[in-house]
Amino acid sequence: AGYQITQQRVPIAVNGSLSYSLCIDNKMSQMVTKTVRIKQIQLEQDSGKSLHDDTRSQTLVDLNRAGVGLMEVVMEPDMCCGEEAAAAVRELQLILQTLGSSQAVMAEGQLRVDANVSVHHPGDPYGVRTEVKNINSIRFLAKAVDYEIQRQIEELENGGTILNETRAFDSKLGCTVPMRDKEGKQDYRFMPEPNLPPLILYDAKSLPANMNHQQVVNVDWIHERLPDLPSVKRARLVERYGILPEHSFTLLNEDGLTEFFENVVKQTQMKPKKVIGWILQDMLSYLKQHSLTVKESPVSSSRLADLLNLLEKKEISSSAAKQVLAELWKGEGKTPLEIVKEKKLELIQDQKELERICQAVIDGQGNEVLAIKAGNHKVLNKLIGLVQRETKGRSNPVLVKQLLEKKLSE
Amino acid sequence: GQPLGVLDGIPIAVKDNFNTAGIETTCASNMLKGYISPYNATVVQKLLDQGAVLLGKTNLDEFAMGSGSTDGVFGPVRNPWSYSRQYKEKSLPKSPSEDEESNWVITGGSSGGSAAAVSSFTCFAALGSDTGGSTRNPAAHCGVVGLKPTYGLISRHGLIPLVNSMDVPGILTRCVDDAAVVLGSLAGHDPKDSTTIQDKFKPFELPNLTDVSKLSIGIPKEYHAPGLSSEVLALWSKAADLFKDAGAKVIEVSLPHTHYSIVCYHVLCTAEVASNMARFDGLEYGHRSDMNKSTESMYAATRREGFNDVVRGRILSGNYFLLKQNYENYFIKAQKVRRLIANDFVKVFESGVDILLTPTTLSDAVPYVEFIKEDNRTRSAQDDILTQAANMAGLPAINVPTALSERGLPVGLQFIGRSFQEKQLLTVAKWFEKRVKFPAIQLEEVERHDHGVLQHQKSASFS
Repeated sequence: AGYQITQQRVPIAVNGSLSYSLCIDNKMSQMVTKTVRIKQIQLEQDSGKSLHDDTRSQTLVDLNRAGVGLMEVVMEPDMCCGEEAAAAVRELQLILQTLGSSQAVMAEGQLRVDANVSVHHPGDPYGVRTEVKNINSIRFLAKAVDYEIQRQIEELENGGTILNETRAFDSKLGCTVPMRDKEGKQDYRFMPEPNLPPLILYDAKSLPANMNHQQVVNVDWIHERLPDLPSVKRARLVERYGILPEHSFTLLNEDGLTEFFENVVKQTQMKPKKVIGWILQDMLSYLKQHSLTVKESPVSSSRLADLLNLLEKKEISSSAAKQVLAELWKGEGKTPLEIVKEKKLELIQDQKELERICQAVIDGQGNEVLAIKAGNHKVLNKLIGLVQRETKGRSNPVLVKQLLEKKLSE
Repeated sequence: GQPLGVLDGIPIAVKDNFNTAGIETTCASNMLKGYISPYNATVVQKLLDQGAVLLGKTNLDEFAMGSGSTDGVFGPVRNPWSYSRQYKEKSLPKSPSEDEESNWVITGGSSGGSAAAVSSFTCFAALGSDTGGSTRNPAAHCGVVGLKPTYGLISRHGLIPLVNSMDVPGILTRCVDDAAVVLGSLAGHDPKDSTTIQDKFKPFELPNLTDVSKLSIGIPKEYHAPGLSSEVLALWSKAADLFKDAGAKVIEVSLPHTHYSIVCYHVLCTAEVASNMARFDGLEYGHRSDMNKSTESMYAATRREGFNDVVRGRILSGNYFLLKQNYENYFIKAQKVRRLIANDFVKVFESGVDILLTPTTLSDAVPYVEFIKEDNRTRSAQDDILTQAANMAGLPAINVPTALSERGLPVGLQFIGRSFQEKQLLTVAKWFEKRVKFPAIQLEEVERHDHGVLQHQKSASFS
């Protein structure tokens, strides 16, 4: 029972496409671009919700979201697995967030995804599809799709058939179950809404002269005012900073991370290509470990920049820098320089001191020296490591290597 | 101080299907009995902003469905003319035991309360609504001016809808000039109603037309409908002659799809009703049944208890027409027929005709006891026949009281104009009104208090 307005006959847009990227392997080192066709986008009003309270045998009606504008994006079955579905939806989510159309947080119901899944042998027509609902995150979307694909394959291989039904994803059990079918095939008895005049979309060419531009929708006008979409932003990051495409994906995927990265780059002499490693490996993993967002990071971009400057100026080694970062992460308010002084992490600048230590190591590692002199240069690393240990990480490995090589060739 | 506006201090009445803030708005239905509206309809707000004084909400057919104002929860509306000297003089009591109580006549509908309020001098102007003739019909029976404006000219925001694509707020007054004044306060774009036109509206004063030689009046032959009383036919004819003798061009025209308009209206009206009435489910406002076994049973019981048979009948019909298997044959077909009806008018106006002149009703008002012998649907089908097509086409139309019938009751004639040409329509109506000199109602109670104000209106009438 009830009332809803939807674009049933003439959707606002048809025949679109969405490009998204996938990693070929798990290492984020190779990305491919894929496309999924968008059949149509239609506008509608959200309806109210019924909450069934079986204990008290009552139904509660929640009208809080009734009437809120919805946009339904219908994709063609161009995706082949959970990963692709997740990547496509993730990209869509980013685009919507960039445009300001929606915050698209699935857990809050701002973005709702129903997956239609079918299987078939290559060359055969598409199989019967099931619709999977109740998916509350992108991760669950991938799981639900993959589960359903497996389920259908197993069913068919066992001689069964697939029903054209609606199933719900159970996130606890990680499987799909048939949904309680209350409605059956409903005849909605739709009629054109007389209170809404026809929506006509114009572009610069078709716009009639003398029309008050506030009264019409001019697609070109809107197009000119679009903010940079994620794909543009990513390309720009790659071009500007010389980072890899997959880096740009990670930057955009994490809310606030791009800004953080750019702020660090501004405040440090270290090249962006090097900074990115600190951002994506060190910072990001700390954030994930502590379930923090970029905004909640105890290490600010200027703090990190200070640290990286110390590293760049060769005042500390990179392993020392990592130690400092760990200390910074405690959020006690100390500056990198203070921590370095406190923990005596400065690189030994005294050349003579370093030479003495190198010599001591060489003197103590007779077999290794022989091996190196015989041509096995990999063993040099062991010596470098020993020097590092002696100096408690306070020696510059490049310089140490030079000194050792010089000594060994004497 | 300064007057708030042109209507400052003017008493007005509003049909009870317009939302009035803080005041009960019932649509004469159990569904909304006790419902206090939280907001004013745009037209109500506009009147109040001008300083008009709201005297009360007027009775109607439940949810504006009907042509007699007899099917509301508060009971039928009595035509003030039932108590006029003119009517009483002409009616012969059938037997000593029978008194005027059983002889009273209906107001017509569905805006009967508003028409009666204006007719009985309780207010100077009233708001009605017009979907198939609901303002013009009671105006004709009660001897007042009833204006149906062009669809899209006046905001429907706050008017509880019957048929969204045909409803308009209607204006009831005692003379055409007054209608123009009220129209000036109400017309114009409302951002809260997407179906109002964007163009700016300029209120106008009606000129005193003297020369009608450039005017072309069309007489649509199809409006000589079956059931048209000889009295009304004669008056129509006399009116045409009046224009002709004054030098206007009076020609017979044809609106060939007229006789389809009633069935077309029934399909479209009931379909929209089925949709519009869905909001009454007992959840958010209005009546809620005590039945609470399930949501569905609560909906069903609420709607059964809240709606009368007329409303429920229309909802059922509408749902039938909107079923997938029927949609093409009924709804779509009716929309196409509607287009044909609208095109009839376009063609006639394009051929040079300025205004159409037709009767408003088939006869004068019938006694209530007669009226209720037929059901609402039958009556509506009969009574809407002359007014309904203007709603289909969205055109402005006005009833001007013309003369008294043999029984001493008002008969009005209708002018239909071109879209958004209210000024021309009202100018011609005013010219006509001046010449027919429709008599004032002679009510004993009023006459006792009258100090000669109404005397001059007792002059010879146009019959």
